[in-house]
Amino acid sequence: MSVKSKLFKRKNINAPSPIAKIISYTILVIWTFVVLFPLYWLAITSLKHPIDVNSGPYYIPFVDFQPSLYAWQYVLFGDLQNDTIRPYINTVIVALTSATLALILGASAAYALTRFRYNPKLGTILLFIGALLLDVVLTMVGVNWAIALAVAVAVFLILMQVLAKRFHRSLGNNDIAFWLISQRMLPPVAVVIPIYILFQRLHLLDTRTALIVTYLAVNLPIVVWLMRDYFQSIPIDLEETAAIDGASRYRIFLSIVLPLSVPGLVATFLFVLVFAWNEYLLALFLSGANAQTLPLTIAAQNATRGPQWWYMSVLILIMIAPVILIAIFLERYIAKGLLVGAVKG
Amino acid sequence: MEPTRQETATSTSATNKPKPTRKRPFSGKEGMASSVFIWPALLVVLLLSIFPLLVSLYLSFSRFKFVKGGFEVKWIGLLNYKKLLFGSEKTHFLGKMEQPTTLGWIIFIGITVLLIVTLIHYYRSDRRSTGGLIFRAIVYAILIAFAWLLVITTFSQGGRPGTMVVTWIYVFVGIVIQYAVALLLAVILTQQLPGRRFFRVIFLLPMMITPVGVAYLFRMLTDTGKGPFAPLWQAAGLGMYSWVNDPWGARIAIIIGDAWQWIPFMFIVLLAALEGQSMEQREAALVDGANRWQIFWNITMPQIIPVTITVVLIRMIEAFKIVDLPNVLTNGGPGTATESLTLHAYFSWRALDLGGSAAIAYSLLIVVTFFGIAYINILRRRFVEE
Repeated sequence: MSVKSKLFKRKNINAPSPIAKIISYTILVIWTFVVLFPLYWLAITSLKHPIDVNSGPYYIPFVDFQPSLYAWQYVLFGDLQNDTIRPYINTVIVALTSATLALILGASAAYALTRFRYNPKLGTILLFIGALLLDVVLTMVGVNWAIALAVAVAVFLILMQVLAKRFHRSLGNNDIAFWLISQRMLPPVAVVIPIYILFQRLHLLDTRTALIVTYLAVNLPIVVWLMRDYFQSIPIDLEETAAIDGASRYRIFLSIVLPLSVPGLVATFLFVLVFAWNEYLLALFLSGANAQTLPLTIAAQNATRGPQWWYMSVLILIMIAPVILIAIFLERYIAKGLLVGAVKG
Repeated sequence: MEPTRQETATSTSATNKPKPTRKRPFSGKEGMASSVFIWPALLVVLLLSIFPLLVSLYLSFSRFKFVKGGFEVKWIGLLNYKKLLFGSEKTHFLGKMEQPTTLGWIIFIGITVLLIVTLIHYYRSDRRSTGGLIFRAIVYAILIAFAWLLVITTFSQGGRPGTMVVTWIYVFVGIVIQYAVALLLAVILTQQLPGRRFFRVIFLLPMMITPVGVAYLFRMLTDTGKGPFAPLWQAAGLGMYSWVNDPWGARIAIIIGDAWQWIPFMFIVLLAALEGQSMEQREAALVDGANRWQIFWNITMPQIIPVTITVVLIRMIEAFKIVDLPNVLTNGGPGTATESLTLHAYFSWRALDLGGSAAIAYSLLIVVTFFGIAYINILRRRFVEE
């Protein structure tokens, strides 16, 4: 074998042999079927009359059964219209707003964690948590919440003056980041009752604001975690050059760092958008008729007469359509963006 | 914040410590900017997680009752936890415990031997430190206890797993399946096949559907009377058999549904990692006459181990919170055979036992944190940070 042909072969390291090709395509086709068949079933169920669903499995429209737009009509223009349009608007507003806010706040925090050094004092943090606990206990035993808060703040400030100097141990950036991601480990069911009470006190229950704020808090840790590793991969020299030229931190962040991280930002955004778009448990607790989101509408089709499969199918389909479009549109960013976060994350 | 401190003790020396300053061109306004950048995010998370977390902790130590014109919270100490671990909720939460079967003994002894060997291996390596040794000994002891619980409930004569053990089954069986399939698909799609972008987009789809939707979708598909697989089911002579009434049938249905939804996530991350690996080593190995399998095992795998560890960690954290599928697909049944911890907490909440619900949620939190910290410290530090 000549050197030249060896070189030629090296270029095609990823080109599979014919047998490998056949096996590969077989597996790919099988998996495509596994993925698409449930979606196909969803699509044809949305075209069936209740009687076609209930009288046994029918597979092919026009051959097995006569498709109709009955369910689509009912969901989009019929009785269910008001129960569809409003949750749809809610879902769009809540998901877009919370994902955007999470991206803005999370990206800034992630940048700060990679470029600044923080040394929060352990003593201060413990004191802060202690004061919070005091506030909670006082409120629970029936003290007015404003008084309880004032007492807690006072205790915190006084003890801070007295004790803070004695604690020398301090934490670093990694600890802040780990603390943030540890918030993801929290099962929503563990925090949802207090959050419910909180929003009730603020008279924000069953509003989009409540959902936006909650999803923002839930999604921030992911954004920080993914974007932190992304920012770390950007060489610092560029920023130093800009700083020598007199650019401020904000300027550097906005016009150098952010443009360089577009793939990471896009992937992260899609990630948190999908989460907020699909979230069910928190929405179940925090929203009623007014701020209801689509996952709740879907679950609501499981009525006393049994699940209304045909309406449900339509709802699921109109719910995933926009996400799929966005995903196809942004596909080339997703892989690139997730990679950097994942390798170091 | 116990977890945070433990993590500090063992891993402050991680890779991403800010580099020692060479020449610091930034100065002056730094103090101000550093606060502006980080505080908004921290405040939001503090407000919506620390505070509710403390309230929940308090609730888990108390009995919550609705009384006229409001509610009453009474401090009862550890009673809620005692009920879960030793009292009336024990079989529901941990499971019914019996003598292990032979298979159970084999599994238990296998896990124990494996852990002890790992510990000895660590003791003999030059990375060992007293702190690390104590930490590992504690972690392994707890893992062995967990393995024992798994064996006496799941692999025993007449025992049955409680919600805690069922959740482990979902998490660990699910992750193994999801990782294996996702890796296979990702490896295939790294090859230069025509149409790979098409497959890539298709394979992502299940991830985009709301988990509630997936749950109902699988309820449609697994219907043995009117679902699409009903004829196959009948042909296989299973007409009389209903997976819904069989504990393992129901659990497998849930594991399949969960896998269908989350394989895409593992797939896309692994694919990105595989495509990002360096070509040079593989080319050199190919020239040296290594076959594809050797290349995959010795060159590709080590390169994607960091990604593997992260993606498994993320999935593990999320999988512990599984609730929609068992709720919709089986409603936790038959009996409590498919009830996950979150579902258990949700049912308690619905029965207005808020204290009990908070105690379950906290137990879940403790277990997830334990697995997370053990995993990060033992695996991640070994493979990633060296």
